[in-house]
Amino acid sequence: MSSIGTEAGSGSAEICAEHLHKSFGGTVAVSDVSFEVARGEVIGFLGPNGAGKSTVLRMVTGVFPPTSGRATIAGRDVVREAIEARRSLGYLPERTALYADMGVRDYLKFVADMKQIPARDVTRAMSWAMGVSGIEHVAHRLVGNLSKGYRQRVGIAQAVLGEPPVVILDEPTSGLDPEQVSDIRTLIRGLGDDKRTVVLSTHILPEVEMICSRVIILAGGRIRAVDEPRRLERRLRPYKEYAVRVATADDALLARLRGIDHVAEVVLEPGRPAERREAGGDEEAAGAGTRVLLRLEHGFDMRREIAATIVDAGAGLLELQPVVMTLEEIFLKLVGESGGH
Amino acid sequence: MRAIRTIARREFGSYFGSPTAYVLLAVYLGLTGYFFYSDVAFFVTFGAQYLPTALWRYVFIDYRLVTLLVMPLVTMRLFAEERKLGTIELLWTLPVRDHQIILGKFLAAWGFFGVLVVLALIPFSVFYWFHPFDLGPPAAGLCGLLLLGTAFIACGLAASTLSENQVVSAMVTYGILVFFWFMTWNEAVGNEALIRVLTLLSLFDHYYSFATGTIQTVDVVYFLFFIFFFLYAGLRSLQSRSWRGVA
Repeated sequence: MSSIGTEAGSGSAEICAEHLHKSFGGTVAVSDVSFEVARGEVIGFLGPNGAGKSTVLRMVTGVFPPTSGRATIAGRDVVREAIEARRSLGYLPERTALYADMGVRDYLKFVADMKQIPARDVTRAMSWAMGVSGIEHVAHRLVGNLSKGYRQRVGIAQAVLGEPPVVILDEPTSGLDPEQVSDIRTLIRGLGDDKRTVVLSTHILPEVEMICSRVIILAGGRIRAVDEPRRLERRLRPYKEYAVRVATADDALLARLRGIDHVAEVVLEPGRPAERREAGGDEEAAGAGTRVLLRLEHGFDMRREIAATIVDAGAGLLELQPVVMTLEEIFLKLVGESGGH
Repeated sequence: MRAIRTIARREFGSYFGSPTAYVLLAVYLGLTGYFFYSDVAFFVTFGAQYLPTALWRYVFIDYRLVTLLVMPLVTMRLFAEERKLGTIELLWTLPVRDHQIILGKFLAAWGFFGVLVVLALIPFSVFYWFHPFDLGPPAAGLCGLLLLGTAFIACGLAASTLSENQVVSAMVTYGILVFFWFMTWNEAVGNEALIRVLTLLSLFDHYYSFATGTIQTVDVVYFLFFIFFFLYAGLRSLQSRSWRGVA
């Protein structure tokens, strides 16, 4: 069952996928994928190449129907009520879909007409979309003459044109320079602030960490996790961890640290040569100190006791900080466990 | 209706955004003009009297060849280019049905064909200016040419849904159309009954009566069936993404 961490099918979500399964011939591309995205939520869709992200998004956007299961957008079934569902959707495909022979304004007018935006609202809708995506000053230019970054922006402008309540962006920052990436991320955050539901598919982990409130991790065509990054960490690591750097660490110090309430484990950081622990007068080694990891039960903050114990033992406290798993570590652990590639 | 009109307008406009359209227009105008001139010269040289069988028949049969040469090049880009650019995926997520996409593109190609036919009528106008003639027979020929060209468009549109490669699309169209042309030629391979069936299916056998100034219901029905068959085939091909994917 792939609906980890969330219950699909409650009917109140802006996007709802229930047991989506897709096979092409005998090849299973996606299996039993369920998730929900609430209104105003910005959710990250993570997975290695070939994980099935685009296949899931294509089913959700109605590009092709699932082999089994169903998906809804704004409460409309994407297969049986395809037209109604698509009216609530803005989509940026993985390959930015633009007609190079059209001007930016003509292209957006074409999309506006296709989205059946009322004629009296088209000009205002186009101005808003161009403003949000920062392309007003290239509106008169041919799409084919724009840089990749601006083409991506035009793609985003068409996705948000008509202010659809649901926006799905497949790899929106792929191939952009750092400044463009930063601009696009700000734009996506703005969509979330604007109470739009945003699904962001990417393989860039920091991007998800910066923008998204929840992540869906997909590997091998199945969902491995759906949760907030911090809660994922808690699931994957059933303890809290502190890293302590001390000038000298001996067995007596380690024993005293183990004696602190709620401390489950004390370990010297793996890979540290023993002589550095005993370096004493070596200035460089003393500066680096020795790193000790303390693992505690969740729900207890024992930093004050840890610091007091080290100072009392005369070990020379250089540093004390909590250790958090990065999304990258969470992702690798989940994908690794599932045998993803 | 708005979606069909929007797609048709964009597609028709995009024809004139590339030099290919102007080359095709020039080739069509040049070849039809040449054939018209040579057929009139033939008619005069041999002192023929009856225009429908001695002139219009040859003009429209020659126009058929030029149309066969040009139309697959007009239709090859319809879906192949959308697939190549990835824009087809965007169309599939917009509030528009597959048959509306098909009809929009069909109308655009038909509009372009209309421009070609208007150009091809210029020699008729010049000829009429110097030597007024009964308009009925060439009007029937024109109806036949329009039906034939529309059949080519339907076939080419269906072929263009198969691949993102425009050359493949054009070659498949040529293959199908030439097959429908030659299918009755080799009388030795089948018995009389088979030849009768093949003649019923042959695209060009149904065109000859138009070329000689006669409109027969069976021919019109045949062309309409041919057009609807290939439009439906194109629609089914477009919908095959549900089992063959987007690529």
